[in-house]
Amino acid sequence: MLINHPLLGLRDASEFVYLGDASLIDRPDAAADNAAEAFHDYLHLRDNPAGVHRELWYHEQGDRSWLIVTRNTLTHEITDVELARDAALRRPRTAGDAGQ
Amino acid sequence: MRYSALKVIKEGLTGNRGWRPAWRDPEPRTHYDVIIVGGGGHGLATAHYLASVHGITNVAVLEKGWIGSGNIGRNTTIVRSNYLLPGNEPFYELSMKLWENLEQDLNYNAMMSQRGIVNLYHSDAQRDAYARRGNAMLLAGADAQLLDEAGIRELCPFLDYDNARFPIKGGLLQPRAGTARHDAVAWGYARGADSRGVDIIQNCEVTGFTIDNGVCTGVDSTRGRISADKVAVCVAGSSGRVMEMAGMRLPIESHVLQAFVSEGLKPIIPGVVTFGAGHFYISQSDKGGLVFGGDIDGYNSYAQRGNLPTVEDVCEGGMAIMPMIGRARMLRMWGGIMDMSMDGSPFIDKTSVPGLYFNGGWCYGGFKATPASGWCYAHLIATGQPHETAAAYRLDRFMSGAVIDERGAGAQPNLH
Repeated sequence: MLINHPLLGLRDASEFVYLGDASLIDRPDAAADNAAEAFHDYLHLRDNPAGVHRELWYHEQGDRSWLIVTRNTLTHEITDVELARDAALRRPRTAGDAGQ
Repeated sequence: MRYSALKVIKEGLTGNRGWRPAWRDPEPRTHYDVIIVGGGGHGLATAHYLASVHGITNVAVLEKGWIGSGNIGRNTTIVRSNYLLPGNEPFYELSMKLWENLEQDLNYNAMMSQRGIVNLYHSDAQRDAYARRGNAMLLAGADAQLLDEAGIRELCPFLDYDNARFPIKGGLLQPRAGTARHDAVAWGYARGADSRGVDIIQNCEVTGFTIDNGVCTGVDSTRGRISADKVAVCVAGSSGRVMEMAGMRLPIESHVLQAFVSEGLKPIIPGVVTFGAGHFYISQSDKGGLVFGGDIDGYNSYAQRGNLPTVEDVCEGGMAIMPMIGRARMLRMWGGIMDMSMDGSPFIDKTSVPGLYFNGGWCYGGFKATPASGWCYAHLIATGQPHETAAAYRLDRFMSGAVIDERGAGAQPNLH
């Protein structure tokens, strides 16, 4: 698999480390009443879709940026790549961000 | 007796026209006591033990494809019970004991071959870890021997003992471990279940669950609606997809694991050998092919095929411990989809929906567990209580904290 890095162009997937579903960016609010349940779900439960999947890859053997890769889990076809920080800055801040 | 040497000779002389299918091809009925979703090894074993141990024979096994088309026909056939943790080891030792009696129970040749598995160690720390593991195995009634370098040299003289980076210092041997013919296991269980009245319905995909007032009362399938008192899902690899239809999210990601086989060679590898410094395991099939594999690719996949960096990594691992295989040619490679759970251990449990049961999360160790998985799942379905050896395989263990993490890698499925 080749990942089209927004800054570096096409890079081999073996340069990257895979973390998982891109929803891991959205940490729950640690001060909420249901924090234990929310963190259980956040840490352990996955949608695990067969098809389009947004996921986090870390360019460890390169510029050490985090990417959000949109990839089809049935075909391994990659349709979109963006810097995770761009996606994170674009979304509204949540209570979970406060603890970071 | 359906199969005998005399029958083989007679059929050979008369054009092999007298053989009959090993199981029926029935139309689905409208109601069953138990529906098992998924006709893989675990589903068929569950059906067999429901019928033979618990006397529940009004059972259907619904299989989307055909019997043997999933991971039961795609694995590397290794059978072992060399686990460490108390939540795991008694379960896998139960499986080992069932394997040892499987052919007699099914009257089917599963080519069970107990030639042993040896896990190599390369350092003092690794020796200590394997000594501890071996003691845990002995405490659970399994067999284990810690071998030094001379012991391994006697067993496997062909290894690269003086490798500068990972010298081989010894290994943990489980003599009762070995390999079994994977698709014969599926066929044997299918025949065993069918002969006791279980309906094995192939080409029947479950498209939804019937849930009335919060209770599961059956399934919708490509061959119509079928009602049941209990619905038992057993579809490791596709667990996420199937349980989504019941509105559940699971502590599971689906990943691809590749396997490889070389051209047929004369007997050279005595049992199963695993590399302690990388991830590589190898055995030799009765046909002569070297069967080997290593890590999962490491990203979510349902594609049943992997990528080349993992192929390279597996082959490097093989070359590091037995450079002689560099002369063999790879004949075939393929991939299978694994339910990778958050702690590397499986689930055999009820779900939050009464009447709906779940078995999955086998990571890349499902084949060896086939008999005990069926045994314990049948026990749970028939009695409503978890079997004592599978009591730790609960879906709520991440909430309770009672995780079973052999690797100690945490909630990161691609590291288990």
